[in-house]
Amino acid sequence: MTTLAERPDVDRAGKPGRGGRSRSDRTMIYLLLLPSLLPILVLSVFPLLRGMYLGFTDARAGRNVEVTFTGLENYRELLGDELFWNSFKIGLLWAFGVTVLQFVLALGLALLLNQQLRFRGVARVLAVVPWAMPPVVVGILWKLVYHPDAGLLNEFFHRVGADGLRTNWLGDFGTALPAVIIVGVWAGMPQTTVVLLAGLQGVARELHEAAAVDGASAWHRFRHVTLPALTPVIVAITSLDFIWNFNSFGLVYVLTAGGPGGKTMLPMLFAYEEAFRYGNYGYAAALGNVMVVIIVALLAVYLRRRLREAN
Amino acid sequence: MIGKSSRTGRTLQYLALAGYLIFLGFPLVWLVSTAFKPPRELVQLHPTLIPSNPTVQNFVQAFTEQELGRAALNSLQVSLASAVLTVLVALPASYALARFRSKLGTAALGWVLLSQLFPFVLLIIPIFLVLRQVGLANTHAGLVLIYVVWALPFALWMLQGFVRNIPRELEEAASVDGASRVQVLRRVVFPLLAPGVVATALFSFISAWNEFFFALVLIKTPELATLPVALARFVGIEGTARLGPLAAGSLLATLPSLIFFAFMQRRLSSGSLAGAVKG
Repeated sequence: MTTLAERPDVDRAGKPGRGGRSRSDRTMIYLLLLPSLLPILVLSVFPLLRGMYLGFTDARAGRNVEVTFTGLENYRELLGDELFWNSFKIGLLWAFGVTVLQFVLALGLALLLNQQLRFRGVARVLAVVPWAMPPVVVGILWKLVYHPDAGLLNEFFHRVGADGLRTNWLGDFGTALPAVIIVGVWAGMPQTTVVLLAGLQGVARELHEAAAVDGASAWHRFRHVTLPALTPVIVAITSLDFIWNFNSFGLVYVLTAGGPGGKTMLPMLFAYEEAFRYGNYGYAAALGNVMVVIIVALLAVYLRRRLREAN
Repeated sequence: MIGKSSRTGRTLQYLALAGYLIFLGFPLVWLVSTAFKPPRELVQLHPTLIPSNPTVQNFVQAFTEQELGRAALNSLQVSLASAVLTVLVALPASYALARFRSKLGTAALGWVLLSQLFPFVLLIIPIFLVLRQVGLANTHAGLVLIYVVWALPFALWMLQGFVRNIPRELEEAASVDGASRVQVLRRVVFPLLAPGVVATALFSFISAWNEFFFALVLIKTPELATLPVALARFVGIEGTARLGPLAAGSLLATLPSLIFFAFMQRRLSSGSLAGAVKG
């Protein structure tokens, strides 16, 4: 607002040159940006900063509750909270499991789709459909597949005569987490595939042909031509996938709501329960802070290693 | 080169492709099949892949008995409002971002990337507190506000790509002809931006339509629930016979996004979105 007061609109004839910029232009830029920046500041930047601050307080649900700064008290409590550690372990298993499987399967599919194969069109369409589905619907869809009585999976095992494999996939302690991870892979694979496919199409054909003329095998060409060219794309998409997976919520909420017995209690679900079931805002925010620190640390290690390999 | 080894290679490739098609496709087939099964077939001991007596009864039931109709209407309202508002707010800013190099613009785009890192928990509690303070906690208006802010960063990025694709010379020619700045924007820039506006509106419509977490936390009155929240509540109601209407409702909830993706795919292939994609 001060910019408006300080810079009266006088210089309309001023040259909008590349280097210097006239005052009227400057005012106009701010006027144009304001409607977007203001909401982002008020409803995104500010809440985020306040949220991080809440992690150092004893904030609780309810009106007119006194909030006091407690420093690292929440984190001391988190260190001794077995449920938290458990949820955290599950979160890492989930995020790593989904991201790695997603990447391997998506790379395979992208390589196939990059070939002249029949049914490629069908596969391309199918590969995008899960991306178009709301996470809640993906959850419902797989609940139907895993359903103990009316599910596709158990019926399949019955048809092939493997009745011993029939089980309550989402309700069983042993199978719940793997079952949920497969759903995560299914839901996130399309995006990864599309990105990797775009990357593959950017790999120069001449390099491949030259390598083939030199007698390099398909594996060698993949290892020494395709993979190096694809590395930047791979690093970018796996990093993003990891962040998205670690912060994912809706899918598992619908599938298991964290059950059975907390076996699929991802950190986001844990924090949600802490905040909106038990009303421990400060504790939940502290949990969020820990998640950010861990993600940043893991990404830093990953990106540094990749960078060192590249040099 | 066409020897025995390359033929086995081809066979392996087709086998792998078949594996992918099964993994990706069968769950979808199952959803469609469940949606069209009459109750008797849903509870039978060994369900079939193709319903023997397909029916649309589940769709009718989903809308009449389960009040998914009202939830769909709520979702439609919220998503439409979000889409319109997002475009209105993003349009001027994206023009500024594309036409003038500004540190503010770089900061805004940096924020887009940075904000991906933070889990929603950190955002939702303060947002909830702010909205409650101004009396918007349990309202569609509050939800729309959040969705607009949430869609804005990507909308800005997308739209400024479209603006960049409009040659600067067109604007300069118009202003030489005596058109004022506002006239240049209205007569030259906006008409050419139409495809970009449609794409951005669709994007924000879909992200609001699909969103679950904020709606779950912010809306407490069941009558105000959006479709994803209503569907998730519906999941909690047990009973195999209910799976039919649940599948039918889920199928309908997917339709808008499917249309969006079909639209975007055509745009992507025709190249008119290339600017937005390359940034």
